[in-house]
Amino acid sequence: MATLFQGLPSSTAFSSSNKFNHAPAPTSFSERKSSIVTVRSDARWSPVLNSATHKPQRLITNAVATKADSSLASTSSKPGHELLLFEALREGLEEEMERDPCVCVMGEDVGHYGGSYKVTKGLATKFGDLRVLDTPIAENSFTGMGIGAAMTGLRPIIEGMNMGFLLLAFNQISNNCGMLHYTSGGQFKIPVVIRGPGGVGRQLGAEHSQRLESYFQSIPGIQMVACSTPYNAKGLMKAAIRSENPVILFEHVLLYNLKDRIPDEEYVLSLEEAEMVRPGEHVTILTYSRMRYHVMQAAKTLVNKGYDPEVIDIRSLKPFDLHTIGKSVKKTHRVLIVEECMRTGGIGASLTAAITENFNDDLDAPIVCLSSQDVPTPYAGTLEEWTVVQPAQIVTAVEQLCQ
Amino acid sequence: MALSRIASSTHASNLLKPLSAALSIRRVISSDSTDPLTIETSLPFISHKCDAPPRAVDTSASELFSFFRDMATMRRMEIAADSLYKAKLIRGFCHLYDGQEAVAIGMEAAITKKDAIITAYRDHCIFIGRGGTLLEVFGELMGRICGGSKGKGGSMHFYRKQTNFFGGHGIVGAQIPLGCGLAFAQRYSKEENVTFTLYGDGAANQGQLFEALNMAALWDLPAILVCENNHYGMGTAEWRAAKNPAYYKRGDYVPGLKVDGMDVLAVKQACKFAKEHALKNGPLILEMDTYRYHGHSMSDPGSTYRTRDEISGVRQERDPIERVRKLLLAHDIASEKELKDIEKQVRKDVDDAIAKAKECPMPDPSELFTNVYVKGLGVESFGADRKEVRATLP
Repeated sequence: MATLFQGLPSSTAFSSSNKFNHAPAPTSFSERKSSIVTVRSDARWSPVLNSATHKPQRLITNAVATKADSSLASTSSKPGHELLLFEALREGLEEEMERDPCVCVMGEDVGHYGGSYKVTKGLATKFGDLRVLDTPIAENSFTGMGIGAAMTGLRPIIEGMNMGFLLLAFNQISNNCGMLHYTSGGQFKIPVVIRGPGGVGRQLGAEHSQRLESYFQSIPGIQMVACSTPYNAKGLMKAAIRSENPVILFEHVLLYNLKDRIPDEEYVLSLEEAEMVRPGEHVTILTYSRMRYHVMQAAKTLVNKGYDPEVIDIRSLKPFDLHTIGKSVKKTHRVLIVEECMRTGGIGASLTAAITENFNDDLDAPIVCLSSQDVPTPYAGTLEEWTVVQPAQIVTAVEQLCQ
Repeated sequence: MALSRIASSTHASNLLKPLSAALSIRRVISSDSTDPLTIETSLPFISHKCDAPPRAVDTSASELFSFFRDMATMRRMEIAADSLYKAKLIRGFCHLYDGQEAVAIGMEAAITKKDAIITAYRDHCIFIGRGGTLLEVFGELMGRICGGSKGKGGSMHFYRKQTNFFGGHGIVGAQIPLGCGLAFAQRYSKEENVTFTLYGDGAANQGQLFEALNMAALWDLPAILVCENNHYGMGTAEWRAAKNPAYYKRGDYVPGLKVDGMDVLAVKQACKFAKEHALKNGPLILEMDTYRYHGHSMSDPGSTYRTRDEISGVRQERDPIERVRKLLLAHDIASEKELKDIEKQVRKDVDDAIAKAKECPMPDPSELFTNVYVKGLGVESFGADRKEVRATLP
């Protein structure tokens, strides 16, 4: 199945941790958002100067960058290069494959087809059919095969065409991938990366909209990370490949076409660190993956209403970066978790427990966790929207929390 | 089980080795002689989509002697494990291999330690065959730190990285895709080695077997799938579980060979043939017709689904150690007394290993949290009581 998500979701606003930039239009704009730029699905940019005429859904918020680089110079003198998130993943992958001949990719349609989301496009021509292996549709077996290869020292990257399909490989991921290092008394390392798109997309149906991070989070011995911007996608991909532990990299179907500028120089991010998206004082909002953009959209509204939310993209789903989270909780004393998992047994549930156990004395109010509804994701567009947390709900939750 | 000697072996009888003073009998062939000896297998090989190897197996006196000693060690080890389990020193699941020793020994004789072996949970003897020591076996079974996996794996998780033994897996059939991966890595690195992936007649009905077989055949991976057919998937006889119990044929497009798994020489010949085949032509299925005397595990008496007559019948007619004993005696490589001495020595070695393992300490509580991850994450992990036991993962 090759659903290439072309359009950006209309209700998603997005920001990046770097200064936001436009490709062709040399307009500079201040952080006060005096002009609003509309991003089209084919990445053309069209500045809309009259804010009164813009549609609310096409808001782009400008997050305060954590990076020092926040100059307002025009595009042409900006360092780095621009690309889409899936291209950033591919760049990271390609760099690691060039660096280490033991790195190989296996999955359905990753080779000749180029990957159903184009993450592996062109790699088979460059590295050959054995290093970018087109597997038959046998998730359990090719995941097991990747794990067996990793036991001998290869570093395979196993792609699930959709994370939901990896449920078929759960036995291999849980029992072999996660546990072999332990049950062999440390003899075998399993340096695999298991990656793929998950999350609720655009009316993809219940079975293709699953959030597997909630199912995998209990498996001992694995690490889980979720990328959300081109910058962290490339950095996390490289870190995951270099890690000696099995890492599950969660991508999101709707984020593949995010455009951003990333540095030219090589960089590898830490797998266990969270990302400070927007420092603030009043409330800590913890989020990851696509919900980061809903949060940032809500943050804009909240700022206008006078709140100062601190937004942290937790990135590391297992283990949690309790250091960064703890520092934030000690500062703001209020926590809101916004996630796409379902309420029962999701990442938010574990995070709530972890924060309560560790930072209970620092909390002025109970932790609020906004999650998706505990239902199979419906097909109908309106129903699907109600399944997932929307920016308006985030705003309401913050207002209630900060009373 | 007719033993036939080929005429060429008679010229070996002209070799007279100098007698040592300790030996009181005149030996035709010395037990450490490496002169080639050719012996025929008990049964012909039956093949599917390939040419069967010849029945005449090249071996030597010393090799036969080592077969006897190694199989006796394995047999004694498994019997000792039985007693230890009944004495509650071994807990949980304990799957014993006695009766099937010929498969482990014959395979080792045909391959090198660079070739990989992966098997399921009936792995104690394969571990020994790959160079594991008796102390490591008993230590692991009793959960001590001297065990092969530091006591953290148990009976079903024996591994030996340095000699390419990849375990030791509890979930039926899950090791087959792993074995496919080992073969993939061998092809990727262009090593001239093969992978033997062992599974049972019960696992032969798993979907992942056929998925792995498809991939191995598609990419010409040097994988040899060995079905250790002991005719019972725990309590279910093969004819009640498989529509087609001719497991060597079930690869369809993959060639197969049916082997008498109780004849160590047949196993050796088949594995040698399989290795040559796999390096040139891709995967092959070997079906070893073997038998286990014990039940599926120590929790299974093994007599509710088969008669005691059947078990004792196989023991009398097809026992692998008895076959080699008869060969050694018939070729005058060893005397009855020498063989009995070996068995006594083996018994002593096993008892010594058990005694040493019993003295070995249990793992320290801090070992609970080691080897979860490869590098330190500084992550907090909890024991059963979250307030009592909190550890930072090393």
